[in-house]
Amino acid sequence: MAAIHSAPLWLVVLVKSALLLLVVITTFAYAMLAERKVMAWMQLRPGPNRVGPWGLLQPAADALKMMFKEDLTPKTADPLIYKLAPFISLISAFGAYAIIPFSEPSPGDLWSIGNVNAGILFIFALTALGVYGISLGGWASGSKYPLLGSVRSTAQMISYELAMSMSVIGVLLLAGTTSLAGIVHAQHRIWFVIPQLIGFVIYLITAVAETNRAPFDLVEADAELVAGFHTEYSGLRFGLFFIAEYVNMLTVSCIATLLFLGGWNPLFGLTVVPGIVWFLLKVSFFLFFYIWLRATLPRFRYDRLMAFGWKVLLPAATANLVVTAIVVAYIG
Amino acid sequence: MARMHKSLYNVGALLKGLATTFGFMFVRRPTIEYPSVKKQHAPRFHGLHELRRYADAKERCIGCELCAVACPANAITVIGAENTPQDRRSPGERYAARYEIDELRCIFCGMCEEACPTDAIVLTPRFEMAGLRRGAFVYAKDRLLVPPTEGVGTAPDERPNGIPSDLGRVAEIKSTTDVQTGYDATNRGTILKKQRKGLAG
Amino acid sequence: MLLFWLLGILLIASAVFVVMQRKPVYSVVGLLLHFAILAVFYLTLNAEFLAVIQIVIYTGAILILFVFVIALLSSGTEAFAAGPNRMPKAGVPAALLALVALGLLIYGVSRGNLFASGAHVAASTSIAGPPGTANVFGSVADFGKALFTTHLLPFEIMALILMVAVVGVVALAGDESPYVPTRKRASAVEREMREAIVRAGEG
Repeated sequence: MAAIHSAPLWLVVLVKSALLLLVVITTFAYAMLAERKVMAWMQLRPGPNRVGPWGLLQPAADALKMMFKEDLTPKTADPLIYKLAPFISLISAFGAYAIIPFSEPSPGDLWSIGNVNAGILFIFALTALGVYGISLGGWASGSKYPLLGSVRSTAQMISYELAMSMSVIGVLLLAGTTSLAGIVHAQHRIWFVIPQLIGFVIYLITAVAETNRAPFDLVEADAELVAGFHTEYSGLRFGLFFIAEYVNMLTVSCIATLLFLGGWNPLFGLTVVPGIVWFLLKVSFFLFFYIWLRATLPRFRYDRLMAFGWKVLLPAATANLVVTAIVVAYIG
Repeated sequence: MARMHKSLYNVGALLKGLATTFGFMFVRRPTIEYPSVKKQHAPRFHGLHELRRYADAKERCIGCELCAVACPANAITVIGAENTPQDRRSPGERYAARYEIDELRCIFCGMCEEACPTDAIVLTPRFEMAGLRRGAFVYAKDRLLVPPTEGVGTAPDERPNGIPSDLGRVAEIKSTTDVQTGYDATNRGTILKKQRKGLAG
Repeated sequence: MLLFWLLGILLIASAVFVVMQRKPVYSVVGLLLHFAILAVFYLTLNAEFLAVIQIVIYTGAILILFVFVIALLSSGTEAFAAGPNRMPKAGVPAALLALVALGLLIYGVSRGNLFASGAHVAASTSIAGPPGTANVFGSVADFGKALFTTHLLPFEIMALILMVAVVGVVALAGDESPYVPTRKRASAVEREMREAIVRAGEG
């Protein structure tokens, strides 16, 4: 503790970032394994179990495989942007962790790297940047399926980001702050999932769409678009997109936990269990939920996806926001 | 629009689907993890061929080529030779000087087994015969014939239910080069032709 | 101060990059960079909220539509053809006009003492609060207050202008376009097809 106080700020931030990067990458690796395992169980298969006990070393094997595969660039591709796109995706995916608080802010800010006042907005800004990785990557591949994927991703992201922001603003109104730690503190008595149930449901749905996961994975829809925006990518560059997708999934799970499930606030008043454990439990629940959804629901048809976003989610989110605003203005 | 609403708002169906997949997580999986766990197969499973012996270690095969004639896939090649008093391989007049089965052509129908007058050829339940070269799948007598030390071989009607203990033996033999004559089975066709001519002439 | 000049040079460089590129997507990437640097600029002015909103609105909503249009229109990766300049005469007055506007802007800004240090500027150019109040520029509540009280009229006018644009687009590309299937047209087509089948059966 004392060391944290005396060390220069840049060093603290650097060390924390490096540690967090390690944690997030490991979580990504095991989230991927968990997804394969859980989906296998739901489909009556054992899942990966050859590498290491219970397949626990599978992520390492996959990483090695990805590193040693050839990195191809199609002849028709725009080389610069083609090579740049995965990095845009990855950086914007990791950026969110700069401000996510993982537990009660302690002296020395042990559980988060930075605390930005416009916290939740900062994350929205980063997700907004993340679209560029996908849409530019798909465009720069110089091939028809990636192009279709990238056009879809652009339209889908814009449509669902609106509803997502709307659903989150309800929480901001209740909490009266945009700082993530502040929002969690505001849930000390009651988790926002209860007063903001509609917002929570809308957030869950839009978050799936934002991270391009089934049943909203129109962007890569393997049944129609081969592999969508990353059809032409191979080797490590494909790996970067892959990491970005899972890290985004982790991010939206963290945000859902912070905004709606009370962050590190304990359940049943069990303050004995440290906050970080509660936080991780709730995040794991969301991760499981996303995997569960993927194993259950068939992919949406594209026009239905758009109709659902604009005609159902956005009006519902707006109505929820208006009602919340009125209630906050006249009662709270 | 009405139809869309019906499907979109059918939350009950969504929940039912989620419950189904969740429930399946705890259902016993039918997977048999093959190399480490092996399935019992049917008692009359048709697998790799075997050439049997009599109890006095003489070969049952008399080189009559009926199996080769019966084979619908033309997978069997038999070249018979006369037994001599000095070198009696089988109880009959003739024996199989060369007996080869191309296991890639074989359809494991068991017609050879039915056609054999002396019950010399049988299909065992062995099925693991992976190889890296096509030539490796031409099984000659060195791999088909039961070694003299190992008894008479699998009885046609009382095959063991399961996988024989000597499964590894087949996999170990990787080369098809006949040790005695030193020819490679990869060029088997041309060599056989030459040898037929030699035998005839 | 060093940061300011560094960012300024980068900002102008990225802006030049946007204009100089022949490939539209390169321009978009340049613009993306430009917006990002601008956001950093806001950050140095302690305008956290503005920086984030800059990214969310400009890169998240507007620029992505550019990408969308580029992806839809020029599906290949070719650059714009280097054709002749179709408006050589308009070029000179437009450049002059832009130069004058830029000069006026720089004049105004230099009088506004913008080249002072970041924190000071944040205070002196704050929207709602009196000079010297910390973080007025960046706080969401004050920003909202300013938007809906002092600057309500410009705000509403902007909304109206944008609405006009939306209505205009709908009017231009809307119902009369043959590519938009309407319920009425679909039923008409269906009726025609049914009649054709009936006729074919009779004939």
